[in-house]
Amino acid sequence: MSVLVYAEHDNASLKAATLNVVAAAQKIGGEITILVAGSGCGAVAQQAAKVAGVAKVLVADNAAYAHQLAENVSALVAEVGKGYKHILAAATTTGKNFLPRAAALLDVQMISEISGVVNATTFQRPIYAGNAIATVESAQAINVLTVRGTAFDPAAAEGGSAAIENLSTATDAGVSSFVGEEIAKSDRPELTAAKIVISGGRGMQNGDNFSMLYKVADKLGAAVGASRAAVDAGFVPNDMQVGQTGKIVAPELYVAVGISGAIQHLAGMKDSKVIVAINKDEEAPIFQVADYGLVADLFQAVPELEKLV
Amino acid sequence: MKVLVAVKRVVDANVKVRVAADNRGVDLTNVKMAMNPFCEIAVEEAVRLKEKGVATEILVVAVGPKEAQEQIRTALALGADRGILVEAADAQPLAIAKILKAIVDQEKPGLVITGKQSIDGDNNQVGQMLAALTGMGQGTFASEVNVADGKVKVTREIDGGLQTVELKLPALVSTDLRLNEPRYASLPNIMKAKKKPLDIKAPADFGVDVAPRVKTVKVEAPAARKAGIKVKTVEELVAKLKNEAKVIQ
Ligand SMILES: Cc1cc2nc3c(=O)[nH]c(=O)nc-3n(C[C@H](O)[C@H](O)[C@H](O)COP(=O)(O)OP(=O)(O)OC[C@H]3O[C@@H](n4cnc5c(N)ncnc54)[C@H](O)[C@@H]3O)c2cc1C
Ligand SMILES: Cc1cc2nc3c(=O)[nH]c(=O)nc-3n(C[C@H](O)[C@H](O)[C@H](O)COP(=O)(O)OP(=O)(O)OC[C@H]3O[C@@H](n4cnc5c(N)ncnc54)[C@H](O)[C@@H]3O)c2cc1C
Repeated sequence: MSVLVYAEHDNASLKAATLNVVAAAQKIGGEITILVAGSGCGAVAQQAAKVAGVAKVLVADNAAYAHQLAENVSALVAEVGKGYKHILAAATTTGKNFLPRAAALLDVQMISEISGVVNATTFQRPIYAGNAIATVESAQAINVLTVRGTAFDPAAAEGGSAAIENLSTATDAGVSSFVGEEIAKSDRPELTAAKIVISGGRGMQNGDNFSMLYKVADKLGAAVGASRAAVDAGFVPNDMQVGQTGKIVAPELYVAVGISGAIQHLAGMKDSKVIVAINKDEEAPIFQVADYGLVADLFQAVPELEKLV
Repeated sequence: MKVLVAVKRVVDANVKVRVAADNRGVDLTNVKMAMNPFCEIAVEEAVRLKEKGVATEILVVAVGPKEAQEQIRTALALGADRGILVEAADAQPLAIAKILKAIVDQEKPGLVITGKQSIDGDNNQVGQMLAALTGMGQGTFASEVNVADGKVKVTREIDGGLQTVELKLPALVSTDLRLNEPRYASLPNIMKAKKKPLDIKAPADFGVDVAPRVKTVKVEAPAARKAGIKVKTVEELVAKLKNEAKVIQ
């Protein structure tokens, strides 16, 4: 048994999401290898080698992998992955982009976004926006899986001392190129890793009003999220969307402000430990999942909350 | 340039599905079905490309049950030119991608547009797999698409923000929510769509085996959350969070 874990990183540091994937790999069992594909990503390899429970780190350091272009990375993963029983990546936009492509190259039916490992060939995954949990079984020679981070407690970032091996293979499929990116900069914790998340919805009325949430967030060390309606309306950027088709979060505390609680939003946050809803409509479906509901006008309640925390 | 759009018939996004009593799936009896919302966005994008003179013909393909003809007709009413239904129930993404690849080989579209994910299976696989099998570049989770000079520039919604890539044509694009706002079909266009060509095929016509690779053992309802309480004031809320839930200090 052997598991290949694809490292999520930005060429400078290993992203925490990788640790959740390693945890899923540990549940599957077998020797764990981390594959780091990037450009100038030596520091990432060093960090990957320290992750507890990892036996080996493979590094493909080449310009072709600098921006995680799916065409190039999937060819590498399909090539390297042939020798493994399981290939895992985080269910992030990076993993979701290249892993199905790698699976198709390997002629494997991938299993998306597992939320549980029953055994090495049987997995659980949410379907229908999390309204049902399917247990699926694969008899394929290789299992290709993306892992829902919130479902697995992260492996320890320190404690391992894996051997690092450089790969000389480099593939540039030659069909795609990177043009540019706009990465949101924030001093707040990352949405998917934060212990507390405060999200605003259409009820916030505009982008400026989100500053009320930022103030509370900064006092609590929280991340700020949003509903699709708030993103569609241009209040905040797309990277803040929580939901079935946005980010999946499961913090200790989730505070939904001016969010009605559509199924697609609930899909992204209903595994949070404690849910608070602030909404002026007492019939809003968000109250059905809230541990603590406050029927109030957010424009009064949120500033008050800021004072009291 | 011909544009191929893959559309899927799914449960309507407003339906809250229930797990079937036998735990073998979800209960879909008398449930409203619709075109997957991301596929509606894909059709709309193709129609806009045609309106701009970039696309010359729009071919819609669905793999699904007989009833998926309804979703193809909807796409035809929105502006697609012809449709192909490949009749197969419960085909999995790899098999769907193989069928679509065979159709791509025959039809040679310059651009293929799929949804990023379907709201029932939530797999987010078909587009990427089709791109792999055809060797096309892929612009997934697109929020902006510009075709020019034999290339397509795609702005993608990624976890950190936005990324723009350029792909050689033919290429594959998968749609995210903010790519466009789909129009509604007008009654005259719905009538006209009834006369547009719709071919019915079988997976065997393309030599594809649709036997499932992954078996669904059981389907269960997620763990229910225990009922919460209403608090009257912000003070009470903060006190509960500090002393009862102990999630803030
Ligand atoms: C394919 C598809 C995918 C989707 N994916 C997602 C997703 O990933 N994430 C997501 O969030 N949505 C998603 N949606 C959209 C989802 O269905 C809802 O439309 C959306 O979540 C609604 O956002 P909202 O709750 O902010 O807005 P609304 O439903 O309009 O709710 C606004 C709420 O604010 C309250 N309010 C207004 N003013 C005040 C005030 N002054 N004080 C207190 N409360 C106030 C109102 O009572 C109301 O409950 C998706 C939909 C589809 C079809
Ligand atoms: C509870 C449950 C149990 C299931 N059990 C089985 C089973 O045992 N065996 C089995 O074979 N299948 C089964 N299925 C069906 C299967 O899981 C998915 O529906 C199928 O794999 C397609 O995945 P997706 O639609 O999520 O694809 P995604 O990759 O999420 O779809 C993305 C895009 O690809 C395109 N696309 C996807 N599907 C089609 C299509 N059919 N036609 C045209 N374009 C398409 C669309 O543009 C779509 O927007 C089951 C489904 C459910 C919900």
